[in-house]
Amino acid sequence: MALEIIESCVNCWACAPLCPNQAIYEAAPHFLIDADKCTECVGDFADAQCVAICPIEGAILDELGVELNPPGSLTGIPPERMAAAMAEIRAR
Amino acid sequence: MDLPVIENTPAQSGGCSAGSCGSSTSQMDGLADEIRARVQDHPCYSEEAHHYFARMHVAVAPACNIQCHYCNRKYDCANESRPGVVSELLTPAQAVKKTLAVAATIPQMTVLGIAGPGDPLANPERTFETFRELAAKAPDIKLCVSTNGLSLPDHVEELSKHNIDHVTITINCVDPDVGAKIYPWIFWQNRRIHGREAAAILIERQQQGLEMLVARGILVKVNSVLIPGVNDEHLKEVSKIVKAKGAFLHNVMPLIAEAEHGTFYGVMGQRSPNPEELKNLQDACEGDMNMMRHCRQCRADAVGLLGEDRGDEFTMDKIDAMEIDYEAAMQVRAEFRAQATAELEAKRARAHAPKQPQAQVVQFMPRVSRTVAEAAPTTPVGRPVLMAVAAKGGLVAVHFGHAKEFLVYEASTEGAKFVGHRKADAYCAGDDTCGDAESILDRTIKALAGCEVVLCSKIGYEPWGNLEAAGIQPNGEHAMEPIEDAVMAVWNEMLAAGKLATAAMATRCA
Repeated sequence: MALEIIESCVNCWACAPLCPNQAIYEAAPHFLIDADKCTECVGDFADAQCVAICPIEGAILDELGVELNPPGSLTGIPPERMAAAMAEIRAR
Repeated sequence: MDLPVIENTPAQSGGCSAGSCGSSTSQMDGLADEIRARVQDHPCYSEEAHHYFARMHVAVAPACNIQCHYCNRKYDCANESRPGVVSELLTPAQAVKKTLAVAATIPQMTVLGIAGPGDPLANPERTFETFRELAAKAPDIKLCVSTNGLSLPDHVEELSKHNIDHVTITINCVDPDVGAKIYPWIFWQNRRIHGREAAAILIERQQQGLEMLVARGILVKVNSVLIPGVNDEHLKEVSKIVKAKGAFLHNVMPLIAEAEHGTFYGVMGQRSPNPEELKNLQDACEGDMNMMRHCRQCRADAVGLLGEDRGDEFTMDKIDAMEIDYEAAMQVRAEFRAQATAELEAKRARAHAPKQPQAQVVQFMPRVSRTVAEAAPTTPVGRPVLMAVAAKGGLVAVHFGHAKEFLVYEASTEGAKFVGHRKADAYCAGDDTCGDAESILDRTIKALAGCEVVLCSKIGYEPWGNLEAAGIQPNGEHAMEPIEDAVMAVWNEMLAAGKLATAAMATRCA
């Protein structure tokens, strides 16, 4: 049971200090999670901390390879509502 | 019995320290003498100072704890610099080294700021380690920090321990419904909070932080991003509230939203305000608050005078190769500072010296002075005129074709007032770029919309014609003169020629 940071990581450092297990470390070309240390924050926090602060959609996967910040999670606007939101914003 | 003496002529500033006397120094005139003394060598807080003093930002703070619709952490965009692409993310030790190297090379350096590229207070260890080291090694450099405010209340105590007497808070709203359109989420107490709830927490923390800083005597500037259709009208209320709570300066900046930056606003087609909208809002807020007009919205790793980024000269590999005598450099800075401060004081004294009896009457009624002036039969009446100036070092000193930006002054019966700046591409950059000259010139002329005159040291025949055709009068007759003198000379000529009848004010100068 462990999360994974993939290549879309932009090395912003936000996640590393939050990890209750010090499982996240700086590496090239991007930060990585030590699978042996990661507990997905179970027992420590309600939400995985790295996922909760990550500013990039799709940069962190669960053990099944599912994107934990899916498209729309960054902006709060799900893909099906994008067209309507865009129309409203363009009218400003 | 000793009675308190009412001083009607403050010793240093010649009589108009409390009001808006109408020169370009008016931004500073709204400040108490005590505050002015603290910001007079800070280029970001004083319009006067930015001609003389330089600042730098060190990018030690990559992490952020909120998401803003005008920011994209993936790309190196106009609002920020992202680590790993063009700029270098620095460790605190590197940042200290870089600051000392820059301060040794650029004696105008008075201020070191931490402004990102994330939020400095979301990276408290890195930020405060940098401040601690610098306070010890370069005590003459002022330290400042810019924050979104979410973590601010937790760090006010620590901030007040260091040499930090300036903090900037970005406050775009005081209403959570407005905030929900700007901030999709915040990271708060180990959770991602969305929408209105997130905005309400952020607003509460910003206001709490502002109050705590003011209570400790730390100067607070408030930055706001003007987002048309989202917070434009609302910013007037923001301005009132932050002033009431003790912020000393409000900096309303135009939203930068381009699709190629990959920001939510950019991609979605949220428009940026035009210069007229920005100026109108700044004017509307000015009745309540000292407004900053000279902000260049610089990067989180900018180096040098505002508008003249010298960051390329100070990459870490170049710094490693430098040999620096730190003690000698501090001495050079002290000498430069004394000289520049004396020049500034002299300039202030000249600008504020009462020229005629009417001027003294105006001093004591700053907000109604225009009405008074118009009512007085002896005072010449003329509508305000916007003039663009190709300037350097406070003088009309740049060739029109070489100007990368124009300063905009509003000339009126109250004098010449700096009201903003417009970016331009230097259209005459050399033979190989002249193919583009026409379109660049067109863009520049567009950027000068609303201005009736452009002052420059020289100008070519073709742009002269194009500017005239666009209703902008070029003027190269005041080369190397101080800006305010040149602007007022041109305004007085227009007045004498009968071009400034007040009836046209509403349409020409809206």
